[in-house]
Amino acid sequence: MLGLLFITFIIGRVMPVDPVLSIVGESASKETYDAAYKAIGLDKPLIVQFATYIWDVITGDFGVSLLNARPVADDIKRVFPATLELATLGTLIGVFVGVPLGVIAAVKRGSWIDQIARVLALVGYSMPIFWLGLVSLLIFYGILGWVGGPGRVGIFYVDIVPEVTGMILVDSLLDRNWDVFRDALSHIILPALLLGYYSLAYISRMTRSFMLEQLSSEYITTARVKGLSERAVIWRHALGNIKVQLITVIALSYAGLLEGSVLTEIIFAWPGIGSYITTALLSADMNAVMGGTVVVGLVFVCLNIFSDLLYKYFDPRAK
Amino acid sequence: MINFKPILAGAVLALATGMTALPAAAETPANMLVIANRIDDITTLDPAQSFEFAGSDVSRNVYGKLVNFDPLDLTAGYQPDLAESWTVSEDGRTITFTMREGVTFHSGNPVTAADAEFSLRRVIILNKTPAFILTQFGFTPENVSETIVADGNTLSITTDKRYATSFVLNCLTATIGGIVDMKTVMEHEVDGDMGNTWLATNTAGSGAYSVQSWKPNESVTLVSNPDFYLGAPAMERVIVRHIQESATQRLLLEQGDIDVARNLNPEDISGITGVDGIDVDSELRGRLMYISLNQAHPVLSKPEVREAIKYLIDYEGMQDSFLRGQYTIHQNFLPATYLGAIDDAPYSLNVDRAKELLAAAGVEGLEIEVGVREAQERIEIAQSFQNTMALAGIKVNITVGTAKQILGRYRARELDVYLGAWGPDYPDPHTNAGTFAYNPDNSTEAGATGLLAWRNSWDTGGLTEMTAAAVVEGDRDVRAQMYGDIQRKFLEISPFAVMFQKIEQTGRRSNVQNLGLGGAITAVSYWPVTK
Repeated sequence: MLGLLFITFIIGRVMPVDPVLSIVGESASKETYDAAYKAIGLDKPLIVQFATYIWDVITGDFGVSLLNARPVADDIKRVFPATLELATLGTLIGVFVGVPLGVIAAVKRGSWIDQIARVLALVGYSMPIFWLGLVSLLIFYGILGWVGGPGRVGIFYVDIVPEVTGMILVDSLLDRNWDVFRDALSHIILPALLLGYYSLAYISRMTRSFMLEQLSSEYITTARVKGLSERAVIWRHALGNIKVQLITVIALSYAGLLEGSVLTEIIFAWPGIGSYITTALLSADMNAVMGGTVVVGLVFVCLNIFSDLLYKYFDPRAK
Repeated sequence: MINFKPILAGAVLALATGMTALPAAAETPANMLVIANRIDDITTLDPAQSFEFAGSDVSRNVYGKLVNFDPLDLTAGYQPDLAESWTVSEDGRTITFTMREGVTFHSGNPVTAADAEFSLRRVIILNKTPAFILTQFGFTPENVSETIVADGNTLSITTDKRYATSFVLNCLTATIGGIVDMKTVMEHEVDGDMGNTWLATNTAGSGAYSVQSWKPNESVTLVSNPDFYLGAPAMERVIVRHIQESATQRLLLEQGDIDVARNLNPEDISGITGVDGIDVDSELRGRLMYISLNQAHPVLSKPEVREAIKYLIDYEGMQDSFLRGQYTIHQNFLPATYLGAIDDAPYSLNVDRAKELLAAAGVEGLEIEVGVREAQERIEIAQSFQNTMALAGIKVNITVGTAKQILGRYRARELDVYLGAWGPDYPDPHTNAGTFAYNPDNSTEAGATGLLAWRNSWDTGGLTEMTAAAVVEGDRDVRAQMYGDIQRKFLEISPFAVMFQKIEQTGRRSNVQNLGLGGAITAVSYWPVTK
């Protein structure tokens, strides 16, 4: 974590964007510029700035955004749930479609299902998300009108349900407001499918290769010889044995989505942490950048701990 | 053991219900205006500090000012707003405003001269970035108690010397002239900040709207003020959504999920042109694109060379190709729609004429560096410039850098040639005249980095005096004439080749009427809008 903080700090300082200039504007007088320069502490030595920063983070204070004059913690509280909601749904789609697809592709190796799965994954890897996002918006929103457009909810439903978690799907469920839920679902479904597709591409390929390894093991042959049904062999024995590996893969892909996928967020006007950090970086709003980075770092750490716990649960040897 | 089947079936079911049976919203509600815009430049909502486009858009609809522009007739100039009338003292230094009776703030407090006194003094005392718009009249934190004074129903402001009344009043129409609700603001004062922190995210005005919420990079929601003194606005809610992508804005507009799309690129503009139910508006903005020649350069300072280079720019070619719909040819430092603006455009690409001039100056084998910021359109202009200059045998090396790098060198007078944009700071001709054509001390020690003339080491050849005279001329029409004269001379002798003025193209649902974007001089106005 400290290393992460250090690197972002250094990057922020060597970046050729002048944070003062982005606050006061190009035509500010020298006095205003100097006052702002002092106010954000840039006149102090680098090491002092870094130490001050570390101390603030430890005490839970990310500072105030240089750009919008609000506490960074408040901003993150606002943008992170949006990303969490999207990434979670995307990962769920990735898992529930990707794992079975991977398993079937491994079992029916070389069949048309395997080929389709391969093409799907390949396309998922290589298609620019920017393009895919726009085209799917055009088709499903623009032409067919099946889904809600960009943004988290339609304007009718903005700020209607009380904010509890910040995730509109959850909040509307808690409030039992089905209209808002449906609207929010119609807005999230397309970006979630898109992200789900990307994580599906990864998860299904990994599942397939894990499964192939298992299926050629001796215990599988034993199980078959024992007369177990093919279903039990594949879904219980083989899949059961790759759970731990799968969890690592899924956790990684989930963490990737939780960093916020900037392009998806921009196309779908999704106010998440990815575009938040990017905007902050481009205008050298270092408090916001570092606040965002710390949160992303924390997410990684938490997911690691969580998947370790799952290992213990699933793998008797780890107990 | 995980059994996938039921979960999978559940997921498919959930997707299916999510994706069907949702009627596409054909249009936004009749009392609501929904706008897509890039609003990531809003840093604060405090009128004493706000100095960005999207911030001015909010402020103009929230804060009343002493004098203001009529959105439906911008050319009429400033008009009474919270001040009903004003008189000017004989020495021209004191303007006394009589406040309009019966206007209230959103809080219900009456708008009084004391609020106006507080608001203007606050600007001077806080001294944020845009404060120079008022401090240029000699107001200081020390003297405001004598120079900005409320007395009963009147407010008097006294400048340090005589200025054109139109100059002072034009400046008061800027965002910085917004009158805040003293009582409400001071209730939220923290550590003597005069409510600066609170006003950054809240509003306390008397205008047509108040801000219900501002979520940075997400949305600004305004709700109408039913007691607005000009009548309750037809649009009861205005939602400005931050949509970064042009293509996304276009989709939303075509679907009728938004009423106005403000950041459409030329491809998307041509895509929606002629579509049923959508209109495209073109509005002139204040931003100018120019090339300037450093007069410390031994060759670039020759009058013939300056003139020759103005003939080596392909104004029309650029306007009709990559700048189409984004910029229009404009060769004077006052943007069209400003007081005193003229539309003389004597220069066009003329290589032969340029060669003659260069020969007359005895110039051969000239090689110069042009500094430009890493923005697509600027780089394209630089490349066009490079090509046309080559036609006359001048080699141009383009240096592309970040804003900080290029501006840093420009401000330090280090660039041979600068290619960039300039936007006026406030709606008075002096904002541009005072920087393009004004440079009282051209010495390096003067360090007048804010003046474009100084940045180019140009002593202005007498325009400084003419500009100073125009600033104190009391008669608005005479003053406009004076700026006309300054610009004609500027066109001829200056080292600036002003090339283009910005056009903003907006996609609008045809049922939305009377949406004034504010032209070059002010910001958008929502209160006259009807659907």
